[in-house]
Amino acid sequence: MAEIRIENLHKSFGDFVAVHDSNFVVKDGEFLALLGPSGCGKTTTLRMIAGLELPTNGAILLDGEDVTFNRARDRDIAFVFQLFALYPHMNVRKNIGFPLLAQGVASAEIKSRVEETARLLQIDHILDKLVSGLAGGDRQRVALGRAIVRRPKCFLMDEPLGTLDAEFRDVMVRELRELHTRIKATTVYVTHDQLEAMAMADKIAVMNKGLVEQFGTPQEIYNNPATLFVADFIGSPSMNLIKFNGLVRSGDQSISIDGHEIAVPALAEDLADGKRVLGVRPEHIRFDAKSALKAKIYGTEYLGTTQIVALEMFGSIVRARAASDLEFAVGETVGVTFETDRLSVFDAETGNAIKTAHKKEAVYV
Amino acid sequence: MSNISLQNVSKSFGTKKAISNLSLEISDGEFVVLLGPTGAGKTTTLRLIAGLEKLDEGDIFIDGERVNNEAPSGRDVAFVFQQYSLYPHLSVYENLAFPLRAPARKMAASDIDARVNTVAKMVRIDHKLQNKSTKLSGGEMQRVAIGRALVRNPSIFLMDEPLSSLDAKLRGDLRLELKRIQAEIGATLLYVTHDQIEAMTMADRIGILSDGILAQIGTPREIYEKPANLYVAQRLGQPHINVLTADLLPAQSLPSGTQHIGARTEHIIISKASEKTANGKIDWIEHLGDQNHLHLLAGDKKLIVLADPFSPFRAGDSVQLSLKSPLCFDQNGNRIVL
Repeated sequence: MAEIRIENLHKSFGDFVAVHDSNFVVKDGEFLALLGPSGCGKTTTLRMIAGLELPTNGAILLDGEDVTFNRARDRDIAFVFQLFALYPHMNVRKNIGFPLLAQGVASAEIKSRVEETARLLQIDHILDKLVSGLAGGDRQRVALGRAIVRRPKCFLMDEPLGTLDAEFRDVMVRELRELHTRIKATTVYVTHDQLEAMAMADKIAVMNKGLVEQFGTPQEIYNNPATLFVADFIGSPSMNLIKFNGLVRSGDQSISIDGHEIAVPALAEDLADGKRVLGVRPEHIRFDAKSALKAKIYGTEYLGTTQIVALEMFGSIVRARAASDLEFAVGETVGVTFETDRLSVFDAETGNAIKTAHKKEAVYV
Repeated sequence: MSNISLQNVSKSFGTKKAISNLSLEISDGEFVVLLGPTGAGKTTTLRLIAGLEKLDEGDIFIDGERVNNEAPSGRDVAFVFQQYSLYPHLSVYENLAFPLRAPARKMAASDIDARVNTVAKMVRIDHKLQNKSTKLSGGEMQRVAIGRALVRNPSIFLMDEPLSSLDAKLRGDLRLELKRIQAEIGATLLYVTHDQIEAMTMADRIGILSDGILAQIGTPREIYEKPANLYVAQRLGQPHINVLTADLLPAQSLPSGTQHIGARTEHIIISKASEKTANGKIDWIEHLGDQNHLHLLAGDKKLIVLADPFSPFRAGDSVQLSLKSPLCFDQNGNRIVL
């Protein structure tokens, strides 16, 4: 297996910059998710790693070897596409074994490797069935099998679950992650679904307009979003971004919004008066009748175990997540508090998070 | 606007029964979502109402009028598909105006203009009316497609997974907008999806389909809290409902005949316990950001519940697990009503 190193990778299509000087490393055995909205450059990045697209600048190193301009077939990687194409006239065994047959592997070897792969994916009971009669999930597993059987250095996956049922996607997310834990193959996985990325990845690169805005573990990205874009993109409903104005002095432990002092993690930057944003995750808002900070109930959205409570405060709508058994009446005034340690403060002028003394080494469980 | 009534409708394709004896009443101005996995018969139901498929048995009434043999054009319904099919060579404005320009309508140009502008505002695309339809983002294209359905002012809207080809984030935004638009114009809307979040957040009532049979219909809260059977119980809830044998965890008196227990997060009480008295263990905690899942082990059985973000538990903790008014099902998987 292998390490993928991306150095100053840049890709333009005419005037349009698809990928902007990217730098990151996927360590041997790691699962990286490239996450972002459509058009952010995640698929272009993946296609350059695969060799299906040539970069304008920069280098791609596979296990230390510069493969930037190598042909796709010389890179020893496997690509799993969103729309998996199986050979409809062949059975499962032949579909999985095909890449080995093409490489000229001996038939006894093919047989044993196909069977080993099928066991890994728990499809060994359907090896002799035609693929045209299979259910969507099994077809997906066969497509994965065909990628795994070659034992490539790494896997590249472009939204392989994008076309599946929501319900079935949850099952496949778990299966893919378990498969990864078993075979520990270096994987780069492209998705626009933050839940998929959070559930599967060791590291996430959040991309926006060709730029990697943040690279880190799912928890780092969720707890300490580096930019307003990341804060807004991750989480469902996303982070509440409450606008305010003020200057920031290093050591400040509170901010003031509409005359309310709100405790925040100690800030570690000095900034002149300007536009700021307080970021509060919906689940870090608590209801407390004794709190001086008041809000009016605007509406609720029932989600089963939990509900989303829309609150009118600071002149906008702030969403909180609460247990479903709490009852709220529209128009009612409630007291709320924020979980101080979990708050983020952003400089709206640059879009970047303001550093905090506390969060530098914060480890959340 | 109008109501829809399906009475004992059946439809087969060859030997495969797609819809069996389906009866469904949708009131004027109601937002009904049909939820079920692929192949449950959701889309076939929509196509039968639209007139794109012919039914084998039963009757369909729109606004009290039997439409079994009515052509699609005579049914006054608008259909929004998963794949927005806009006219690529036309502007947003012309795409919206197109249905009104049909010769049969004989609509004056000034009326068309007024209507297009009204609808464009409603779907928030009025700032891009002169754009080519190909120069739009996915969310904007789907808004134009919804707008094109609205512009004719039909009595009924049928939507087949209109949001499923969009980005996760956009989907969340459009969910709210669609609900707002529907409420604003008081439209009767039948919406098909396999996404439970869409169903829970938008529907007045959810119909759960299973192999062409309507397993249950009710408000999101009814379906979630009082599922008719195990199949329905497993359609809603994230994480999935835990299905346990009746004797796995201690519970206060279970009704007689209980074979299976359906336990969601709110049905399981977890408290710290010493290793000796514990009947369970925290296996690991899965961080999904807004949803953190607590993976529990009770004997060999794995349970998954939603973790409170302020939860004091750590992986490896020994815990005492018990049930608090869980859902009880009999041997046939039907819920036992207390």
